[in-house]
Amino acid sequence: MAETATTLPPAPAREASRFEVRTFLTRYGAWIALTLLILVNLAITPNFATWQTLNVNLTQVCAIVIVGVGMTLVIATGGIDLSVGALMAIAGALAPLIFLGKLFPLPHPVIGIALAFVLPVLAAGALGWCNGWLITHLRIQPIIATLVLFIAGRGIAQVFTNGNLQVFNLPEFQFIGLGRVFGIPFQAILMVAIVAAAAWMLRRTVFGRQILAIGGNERAARLAGIPVASVKQRVYLISGLLSGIAGLIVIARNSAADANLVGLGMELDAIAAVAVGGTLLTGGRATVVGTLVGALIIQLVRYTLLANGVPDAAALVAKAAIIVMAVWLQRQGQR
Amino acid sequence: MHGTATLKTLQTIGRFGVLLALVALIVFGWLRYENFLGTYNVLSVLRYNSMFALVALGMCFVIITGGIDLSVGSTAALGSVVAALASPYGAVPGLLAGLGAGLIVGACNAFIIARLNILPFIATLATMLAASGCALLLAGNQSVSVSYESGFTELGQGDFLGFPIPAWIALVAYLLGSLVLNLTSFGRTVLAIGGNEDAARLMGLPANRVKALVYVASGGLAGLAGVILAAQFGAGQPIEGVGWELFAIAAVVVGGTLLTGGVGSVGSTLAGVLLLGLIFNILNFENGLGWISLSAYWQSVIRGLFLLLVVAIQARLSIRTEETA
Repeated sequence: MAETATTLPPAPAREASRFEVRTFLTRYGAWIALTLLILVNLAITPNFATWQTLNVNLTQVCAIVIVGVGMTLVIATGGIDLSVGALMAIAGALAPLIFLGKLFPLPHPVIGIALAFVLPVLAAGALGWCNGWLITHLRIQPIIATLVLFIAGRGIAQVFTNGNLQVFNLPEFQFIGLGRVFGIPFQAILMVAIVAAAAWMLRRTVFGRQILAIGGNERAARLAGIPVASVKQRVYLISGLLSGIAGLIVIARNSAADANLVGLGMELDAIAAVAVGGTLLTGGRATVVGTLVGALIIQLVRYTLLANGVPDAAALVAKAAIIVMAVWLQRQGQR
Repeated sequence: MHGTATLKTLQTIGRFGVLLALVALIVFGWLRYENFLGTYNVLSVLRYNSMFALVALGMCFVIITGGIDLSVGSTAALGSVVAALASPYGAVPGLLAGLGAGLIVGACNAFIIARLNILPFIATLATMLAASGCALLLAGNQSVSVSYESGFTELGQGDFLGFPIPAWIALVAYLLGSLVLNLTSFGRTVLAIGGNEDAARLMGLPANRVKALVYVASGGLAGLAGVILAAQFGAGQPIEGVGWELFAIAAVVVGGTLLTGGVGSVGSTLAGVLLLGLIFNILNFENGLGWISLSAYWQSVIRGLFLLLVVAIQARLSIRTEETA
């Protein structure tokens, strides 16, 4: 959580103690909430401290977190990416077409599976790159530029598959969604690896500092000689690639690809996780680990309510309250 | 920073652009398809698109203030459920109930944005989830059929003076919206907030109150769209309205309203709605000719491409005006 980029101005001495409480809450609020949630669950939810509960909750958040990492980077530059759900649908529609040999004849099944991993992710990445191009070269606002693919992307996936459900049973491919390593779901390992890599990148690499600098003050970043356009372009490319991976995980988990449903509403889930995790929505300050925590909080609240007999629809209302509260607390900390 | 003159030029180009495109599309359809301008087709296009028009009108005001309202789709769903539940008591109670539900969601948005000072984007994202949750709870996770005896369905299916009632509702709303934006101090404050909120505040304009009212109005219009939805399809539908918010944003943008706020027109928003709606209509006719068979899925692809074309042209124009300015 030490990925804070902006240095806070020194507070006047008499306000020091209050200021520290606020800063503390802003920085660690998400962690405190997560800890409280786990404690509450240990107290009231039956069979909470089991391996199965952990696995269920982890597999529920994997796709959201992986997309959320890309979203965190995009939001850190002061942008937004609404196209992630549609890109998931495109990747999810392409992969079965490839390994079922409907797109082109396959010389060997293994090659088909390898291509089914690589090509859809690259396709999603390429579309993400297009988003970046619209934003940097045509200077279209991110929300509009990515709205184009939000509207058209799912349609493209549906046109590919004619809107049909593609069912398959291919353990080698489905390892990404169903496989386990030492009893831990492979997708959770993948998620942790992506989070760790992105957190390291944001904190330790020049690229990461450039992302935060652009989000903090784009004009200043440009004047300081940062290649703003190229950095932004790469950020949207990363968001696209990660959406592609998430799309593959979702279809592997379901043993079916439904272009109408894969990734539906994902952009909002990812943005919610980013907001609850403590990333500044106006850019300039971001935490990838926070996004993981944010997604876990949202998922755990839902799980707690469901496990205690509250209908799913009411959980939506709770989720709304969490988002508003998290962002409101964050604002309090900034003052 | 744009000068006022460049903004004016852009606005004019945007307005004429959408009108020209609309006229071109209508002429294309008229020449190519029989019955395209027949009474039946025209009236059903108007009937179906009136709910989108209402949602887009609210969105237009919100966007002019520099904000955004993502909650309109699920607000419409909530409105349709509430209206369907109230429909046995008659058309007017059903209408008022749906409208009221929308106003409540709008008031929540207004409170979170104007009082708690939270970004509109994230505030309305939250209320979108909450409204959708409430709609599902009220409806018991299924669609609620409306009463067919009380006359409620007239609101969606009926005609008045040979013109669909929902289209009348939308028409009145647009006339009022246009009057409010262009002729009242409220409208001028809306434009001023979008242009520069701090400046508007320093000038002593009631920025917070006007901003709050804009979100309340947007919620109310979405609730009204929900009433029409329920009346037209005979059921309150808690899971309808997915993606309406982005359709409305697209219509507003195609209409030439800048997302940065401060500029916008009610009339060209209506043209934007009709343009996006006609694309679907023309696709149907094209399939009817039998030369090609494009599935309904192409609709969103074509709409997306269309949006891309419009924003790309807008962007080129604004870059060029920046360079010459």
